[in-house]
Amino acid sequence: MGESITFWVLAVVSVAAALGLVFSRKAVYSALMLGVVMLSLAVLYAVQDAPFLAAVQIIVYTGAVMMLFLFVLMLVGVDSSDSLVETIRGQRFWAIVGGLGFAVLLALGIGNAVVGSPKGLTAATQGGNVPSLAELIFTRHVFAFEVTSALLITAALGAMVLAHRERTTPKPTQRDLSRQRFIAFGKTGKNPAPLPGPGTYARHNAIDMPALLPDGSISPLSVNRYIARYEEARGTLSPEIARVLEQEETEQQRLNGHGTPTVAEEAADAGPDTEPMPEESVVAGRVAGPRGESAGESRSEEDGK
Amino acid sequence: MTTHYLVLSALLFAIGGVGVLVRRNAIVVFMCVELMLNACNLAFVTFARQNGNLDGQLIAFFVMIVAAAEVVVGLAIIVTIFRTRRSASVDDASLLKN
Amino acid sequence: MEPAEIIQHSGGAIGAAWLMIALPLVGAAVLLLGGRRTDKFGHLLGVLMAVASFVVAALSFMQLLGFAPGERRRGIELYDFIPGMAKVGLLVDPLSISFCLLITFVGSLIHIYSIGYMAHDPNRRRFFAYLNLFVAAMLLLVLADNYVALFVGWEGVGLASYLLIGFWQHKPSAATAAKKAFIVNRVGDFGLLLGIFTIFATFHTLAFGDVLGNASKASSGTLTAIGLLLLVGACGKSAQLPLQSWLLDAMEGPTPVSALIHAATMVTAGVYLIVRSGPIFQGAETAQLVVTIVGVATLLAGAIIGTAKDDIKKALAGSTMSQIGYMVLAAGVGPVGYAFAIAHLITHGFFKADMFLGAGSVMHAMNDEVDMRKYGALRKVMPLTFWTFLIGYLAIIGFPLLSGYFTKDGIIEVAMEHNAVLGWLAVIGAGITGFYMSRLVFMTFFGTKRWEPTAHPHESPAVMTWPLIILSIGAIGLGAFLVLGNRFMTFLAPAVGAPEELPAFHPFSLTGLVTLALVAIGAAYAWVKYGRAEVPAVAPRGSFLTTFARRDLYGDALNEALFMRPGQWLTRLAVFFDNRGIDGLVNGLAAGIGGTSGRLRRVQTGFVRSYALSIFLGAAVLAGAWLVVGNL
Repeated sequence: MGESITFWVLAVVSVAAALGLVFSRKAVYSALMLGVVMLSLAVLYAVQDAPFLAAVQIIVYTGAVMMLFLFVLMLVGVDSSDSLVETIRGQRFWAIVGGLGFAVLLALGIGNAVVGSPKGLTAATQGGNVPSLAELIFTRHVFAFEVTSALLITAALGAMVLAHRERTTPKPTQRDLSRQRFIAFGKTGKNPAPLPGPGTYARHNAIDMPALLPDGSISPLSVNRYIARYEEARGTLSPEIARVLEQEETEQQRLNGHGTPTVAEEAADAGPDTEPMPEESVVAGRVAGPRGESAGESRSEEDGK
Repeated sequence: MTTHYLVLSALLFAIGGVGVLVRRNAIVVFMCVELMLNACNLAFVTFARQNGNLDGQLIAFFVMIVAAAEVVVGLAIIVTIFRTRRSASVDDASLLKN
Repeated sequence: MEPAEIIQHSGGAIGAAWLMIALPLVGAAVLLLGGRRTDKFGHLLGVLMAVASFVVAALSFMQLLGFAPGERRRGIELYDFIPGMAKVGLLVDPLSISFCLLITFVGSLIHIYSIGYMAHDPNRRRFFAYLNLFVAAMLLLVLADNYVALFVGWEGVGLASYLLIGFWQHKPSAATAAKKAFIVNRVGDFGLLLGIFTIFATFHTLAFGDVLGNASKASSGTLTAIGLLLLVGACGKSAQLPLQSWLLDAMEGPTPVSALIHAATMVTAGVYLIVRSGPIFQGAETAQLVVTIVGVATLLAGAIIGTAKDDIKKALAGSTMSQIGYMVLAAGVGPVGYAFAIAHLITHGFFKADMFLGAGSVMHAMNDEVDMRKYGALRKVMPLTFWTFLIGYLAIIGFPLLSGYFTKDGIIEVAMEHNAVLGWLAVIGAGITGFYMSRLVFMTFFGTKRWEPTAHPHESPAVMTWPLIILSIGAIGLGAFLVLGNRFMTFLAPAVGAPEELPAFHPFSLTGLVTLALVAIGAAYAWVKYGRAEVPAVAPRGSFLTTFARRDLYGDALNEALFMRPGQWLTRLAVFFDNRGIDGLVNGLAAGIGGTSGRLRRVQTGFVRSYALSIFLGAAVLAGAWLVVGNL
């Protein structure tokens, strides 16, 4: 009885999730749907007297494999979404026809494969599920086990080899980085010092509270532009912050000699774009662009939105 | 009851198959393959219970291991390809085109 | 009287009869292979070889006369090709020796004439080489003792005719005429070949002695077939209906060629064939009838054509066609006609060659003009040519006591006794002959001068006039010599047999008188129209009959419609089928494969997902098969 209810609920959930996996536009949604399917399958394993497998499913599959998927998605472009237009003629039609046919055939085929009620595993798992499995693995199928472990080692090595990248330029030393910072300072007036750490000048922990310089004025560096934009749109921008921002802009224009994008333009710029994966030079600290787009961290913040 | 599990397995397998054919993002295709593997695992476990021995569970276990290894290598490949080509679409690998 | 047996001979002039063939052949070879180096003496060598051939022929003749009449058929063995089966030899008997004498004598005269006629031609040496070749081939034809050697000679004279008609190769009309002659001859040769095959199939031998000796043993149907096939060959070579279209075009060749080949000798080869194969024809009544009908039809056709031609050579060619029709008519009658046919052949050789060479002399004087409408009143300017031509003219119309009178009227009488219809038709032909030959003479030598301003006619040099004189002497006397007292018939009897009752000569028979009257009327009419009246410079339009005659009785048009056009359609059809059908098949196959591969190529889209789709669908099919089959 309980099994029945569990089954039906989880069946519906897993099928819905599978359909969501196939049909969602954003890749991340697909990954999450897959996770749902795996979790429901784990429960189904548990219901079917396979507790070990259920645990392994959650730990290995959902925990490791799915996370691996998500990491790679992050690397590759989380925001990438497939267009709906199908490029290959007839592909969708035949895929759906094939899929339906396949489902029917398999259902008929496998569905008719069993006769009689399940024997149950009580007899097979005399010493408990795990010891029985272990007995099987390490006695009768030890060779397969060893080979599989070799396979895992090979896979790990292969992944390392594939993902490795040779440096094409020498690794920038601290001296190089320092030089770059001061050159940028000379060109654009960007502060060569790193940004103030949190809490050095801040009075509050909130993002929307700007930090104070030693003389009590607001440090323009600590103004969160997006929140300022938001507040400006709502009309709740504090006048001090607004004044600071204006001073900031004129200063920038004088220094750079060309128009720095305004807050509004910046907001328009930083739309959803499929940014390529950040280079290593980002990690090393590249030449600072106009203020507000200094690091990939802020960008990934944007992209995450 | 067993039949229900098997039908569910078949259904998930078919959905996964359709997904492989329809999606263009390489990682999503990979995920659909994982879905198919999981459906097979469900079938194996069901048969283990049906037949009263642990062979099905054993096979499912090995499948999981191999699937994990496969995911590792496959994703590494995708990453490598992505680095050079800047695109994760499977349609771009069409050098065999007539 | 039956023909005599053939006796194998050796020694003496007859034993050296092969020299008659070999000498001109060597002359031809030397002149052709020697090239320009022989230009200086080429003509003299040619004449020498022809004369030497005549000497051998004369000596053989005299030796033959030394034998008794029943022993006058002499065979000479030359070569044994396949022992027991194929032997080649020569047959010297009255028939062949008469031809040899005619060919070599008239041939030598024409060789001498050509020295003068072709004096200004840079290719004179080649001309003499071809003339020698012709003489050699013709002698082989008449001296052969089996049908195969005869056929070799037959083809040889055809080749020589082609080479000589197209002698002036740069003239497209001459080249075309040569081709036409050769091709029409080919049709005749085809018939002759089939005849020879039938002879071999029937008699299993091709030697004259065996075939003709056993002719009566074959069935009459076979003999008819052989006779008709031989007749086809004879029609081709002798320009009889229906293979007559080439003769008038053959006048493109130099005049000595027209005289020798297309008047005196080659065109008579058909008559020789029929007479030689006499026993075969005698066993087939139908074939004989067809021969006579062909003869009569041709003699009338040739006469009608001759009346309308303004080209002097073409008019003479029409007359040649007509006279050979007489010979064929006589040959078709049977043994009684053979002697007259050959006698007329010999006298015709003389007077026709005489007239052709005379025409050549006139053309030579008038800057090679052939249109008689541009002649007129030439008798004062060229007296020798005029008198010799006149003699030939009187001979051909059958003026009493000249040669044509005896031989042609002999033929008419023989024909009249055989078949009255044919006889009267021959008489009418004689009348027309009187008319058009008179027309020719009056337009050329009488009347007013209608010369071109550039023409300065003069008498020809001696080298050209002496042959004319000699030929005209023959034209005067030969007829009486041969026919009176049946001298020729008796002479020829061992070769071809003779009728039981030798015909007597009736000078004042009904037919003879009617013929003379018709001839006189014809000549008078021609005098009125062409001798006395003004001859228009441009040919007048004339009636339907005139056009009919001018167009050679539409012979060419008929040939074109019946053979040329269908032949062209056939080739076009074949080409069409080859292009569309066979090439289409092959190309279509290639195109089909190309197209199919082009379409199949598109299956390889290169997309992984397409391949995945096909794998998926394949798996689905497998699953379905598994379901259907049950346990795999």
